[in-house]
Amino acid sequence: MILDIKNLSKIFGKTCDMCLDETGAKPNSSICPKCKSIVGVNRVNLSLYKGEVLGIVGESGSGKSTLLQLIYQDVKASEGEIFIKHFKDKEGKTKNILDANLNELGDLRNSIMSMIYQNPRLGLNYQFSAGGNIAEKIICSGVKNYKMIRERALYFLDKTEIPNSRIDDYPEYFSGGQQQRIQISKALSSNPKILLLDEPTTGLDLSVQAKILDLIKELQHEIGFSMVVVSHDLGVIKHLTDITVVMKNGQIVERGLTDQVLEDPQHPYTQLLVSSIL
Amino acid sequence: MIRLEVKNLKKIFHVHTQGGIEVTGFNDINFELKKGEFLSLFGPSGAGKSSVLKTLFRTYTTSGGSIIFNKDNGESIDISRVNESAILQLRKHDIGYVSQFLHILPRVSAVEVVSQELMFKGESQSTSILKAKEMLDYLSIREELFDLSPLTFSGGEQQRVNIAKGIIAPKSLLLLDEPTASLDKNNTMKVIQKLQEIKKEGVSMIGIFHDLEAMDLISDRVYKLSRVK
Repeated sequence: MILDIKNLSKIFGKTCDMCLDETGAKPNSSICPKCKSIVGVNRVNLSLYKGEVLGIVGESGSGKSTLLQLIYQDVKASEGEIFIKHFKDKEGKTKNILDANLNELGDLRNSIMSMIYQNPRLGLNYQFSAGGNIAEKIICSGVKNYKMIRERALYFLDKTEIPNSRIDDYPEYFSGGQQQRIQISKALSSNPKILLLDEPTTGLDLSVQAKILDLIKELQHEIGFSMVVVSHDLGVIKHLTDITVVMKNGQIVERGLTDQVLEDPQHPYTQLLVSSIL
Repeated sequence: MIRLEVKNLKKIFHVHTQGGIEVTGFNDINFELKKGEFLSLFGPSGAGKSSVLKTLFRTYTTSGGSIIFNKDNGESIDISRVNESAILQLRKHDIGYVSQFLHILPRVSAVEVVSQELMFKGESQSTSILKAKEMLDYLSIREELFDLSPLTFSGGEQQRVNIAKGIIAPKSLLLLDEPTASLDKNNTMKVIQKLQEIKKEGVSMIGIFHDLEAMDLISDRVYKLSRVK
């Protein structure tokens, strides 16, 4: 098991004893009736094995992006545990990443996990060139040799079909689809064990979307990292993932093989979701 | 050796979007399948033949009963109960599924679609491509189509690419949902002959045919399903 999430919750606002019990799929609400806090993620359990691709689907506000941010530590969880196989304490036991100190957190985000955001502005630094962005990530992951960094940056730009001659251009000089591909280069350049993708192709036109999905799929096959993909587009989920979980009001209401979730959905909400495909 | 044991298998669909009605897919299916045996599922339309195959592949969940898959190393796995990761491993190494329709990534050429299966098994790229081309040629796919995406092919051509993909590196259990549905006589016979070859190699298969002649040629046994009441 590469990723193991236990009872993970995130409450926005002050917390009371009713928050987690009185919200979720059954009450059909994310707002605590007592203290009016918003429960983004409600006692989620999730596991992922090496090389597997997990999809998270659900309507807007179901907590799928929040869950991803909790894993990547963009947002601090309210309670729960997250274990990652490669993250260990001094005795060699896997350690809850919520207990990581700042140093360890940097390590986690620089060399164990990478995130690809829907908006490349969140994943790229616009003050640095395309190559500089990738170099930043490579340097943070521990490589200090200039020649190696430059070579690796060129390798990933090549993989993502960005012309090598443009390595020194700034992100704003690229189109949206190209910026997204630079973000992918950056995310992969540290050789992560887990790649997190938050709506990676939303807002891109169809041909660019197809190119990016093909690229991600190809690199996943080639390198073999595990992936968690958040998308509300069931086509993207079908294309990329092996296993799918369905979220509603912060809770996971269904988990299954992607083809099973799409062809034989069990939960009423999943059936509604699948029957809504155009 | 018994490859697959299906006991009291049952499938009920709960349709929540229609007020929670229950639709019975099939009921009380029992059979055993030996190594290197071909079993055909036979019955009228709506009897649940395809649903049985999908349940065996875990595209459908099981409502009751068990599906025991026995590996060569003696390990037994209940397909209806193990977790998703175990099923992914089974699908990668042990169980193949050839559907009526081609489910492949767009923008990937016919040769790649077929040769990938061999490469997964550890064959070199050059050998894989060579063998893939031979298989496509055997199934009467014209050479000028090899490098095009099968999604642009005719229905019958797609079906043959699908079969080529399914049988070029056969796993120990192969599920075939109307593999000859849109093929002419000549190609049907070619497919049957290939299936006979891999059967001799020890591949167990469960198939659904509408072409009774083809079914008789390949089947060791026929399991009859009646219309669900």
